Amino acid sequence: MSGSLTVSAASSLQGAFTDMKTAFEKANRGVKVTVNFGASSTLAQQIIDGAPIDVLASADEANMTKVSDAKLLSDTPTLFATNSLEIIVRKGNPSKIASLSDISKPRLIYVTCAPQVPIGKYSAQVLQKAGVTVTPASLEPDVKSIVAKVTAGEADVGIVYVTDVSATQGTAEGVEIPADVNVTANYPIAAVSTSTNRALAQAWIAFVRGTEGQAILKRYGFGSP
Amino acid sequence: MSQLRRTRNRSAGLQRPPAAILVIASIAVAFFALPFIGLLWRIPWSDAWSLLTTKSSLTAIRLSLETSLWATALSIVFGVPLAWVLARYGFPGRRIVRALCLLSLVLPPVVGGVALFAAYGRRGLLGDSLFEWFGLRLPFSTAGVVLAQTFIAMPFLVLTVEAALRGLDHRSEDAARTLGASRWYAFRRVTLPAVRPALIAGAVLAWARALGEFGATITFAGNFPGRTQTMPLSVYLALESNPGQALVLSVVMIGISFGVLLSLRDQWLGGSSTSGGSR
Repeated sequence: MSGSLTVSAASSLQGAFTDMKTAFEKANRGVKVTVNFGASSTLAQQIIDGAPIDVLASADEANMTKVSDAKLLSDTPTLFATNSLEIIVRKGNPSKIASLSDISKPRLIYVTCAPQVPIGKYSAQVLQKAGVTVTPASLEPDVKSIVAKVTAGEADVGIVYVTDVSATQGTAEGVEIPADVNVTANYPIAAVSTSTNRALAQAWIAFVRGTEGQAILKRYGFGSP
Repeated sequence: MSQLRRTRNRSAGLQRPPAAILVIASIAVAFFALPFIGLLWRIPWSDAWSLLTTKSSLTAIRLSLETSLWATALSIVFGVPLAWVLARYGFPGRRIVRALCLLSLVLPPVVGGVALFAAYGRRGLLGDSLFEWFGLRLPFSTAGVVLAQTFIAMPFLVLTVEAALRGLDHRSEDAARTLGASRWYAFRRVTLPAVRPALIAGAVLAWARALGEFGATITFAGNFPGRTQTMPLSVYLALESNPGQALVLSVVMIGISFGVLLSLRDQWLGGSSTSGGSR
């Protein structure tokens, strides 16, 4: 196994895939992996516009389907991880948020993402299930931008993945969302048909789905499908 | 006029460059032209009008016009006095002040946005005071967009006006002063009219820059339709959800920029150097 591999991955996978890159490169000497993180919608559009990407790992199935509809996948996507949502607040929870309905309290600054970004769609679903109406202050480009705005104190509250809250390592806190209104985010992975290194792409997918990959994902708080 | 044109054409003919230079220059022209031709080619022309007049497009266009005009007005109000001081008033540290005021010209706009947070953000230097004293929250607000645009655009006006002021002959002002005009009167009635072309050019450049501002806006003011989502932000986001709309809005912005440059040909770009005197 040799050569270089470019993986596009949802920004919520930043921690896990960075670790996996290190582990994969260690196990396969001479292989260079580059991971490109962003909103799944951005990554899907980049591939459709001809970006030289070997593997796509999306945080939802809709954006994977978009690439599949463009006939740009070389195989059927498979699920490799699941995630759920949590309310994110700054360390110490200064706005005293205890539930989803607290998000709609006046003068609170709530930020989310546009509906084509998976976290934007998921959080809209959660709020709808809980019967909460709230006007966001901003539609950020991806989930990590929501985390950044909250930890910087410029926004009071957001809804992000459980894994994002633990990735802040204490600069932010999570407030649990009850299971009956929470949603499960399914993460599919697939090789891109324009890939010039099919064998390596398949090896990466196998690694992510294999014991070592799953262990890393579990450590970051992801569930297995 | 026709006499003048003939003379100019002849002088241009004399300077015809060697073939090799013409070829390389043509490649450069194609390099600039092709992206725009490509854009025009990609546009879904049959839907163009309906895409342009969708509510989301119109909202972005309206917000962009409003905020960029505010930013231009603020740039004039603060930029002209600043340009005057920089051009005329020799004080210690002027070079440093000048570099500081023009810094955002060369700074990546995203960095500008981050810096604006540090100053006017909720946890920034002035953020709390602004809120306590004026009830003003700049991040995620339309006022924040205007602030970001002004921060990025004002240097264009300052540079243009400062250059004109430097090139101005002092004697007419001195004459006005000896005839009893106050400093303020001389500035208003003698200096300002003399730099009017530069002021207009600077204001138009600043306006165009404000209209195109992206990095500082999305970083500092966020992105929400009708409040902070200006045309460039709308283009960027529509690329994922509605590429046709993104293309149409792009062409509108290119049209505006092109128009600005064509209108500034004489004053700023020196496109036809002899026409200056005929005005």
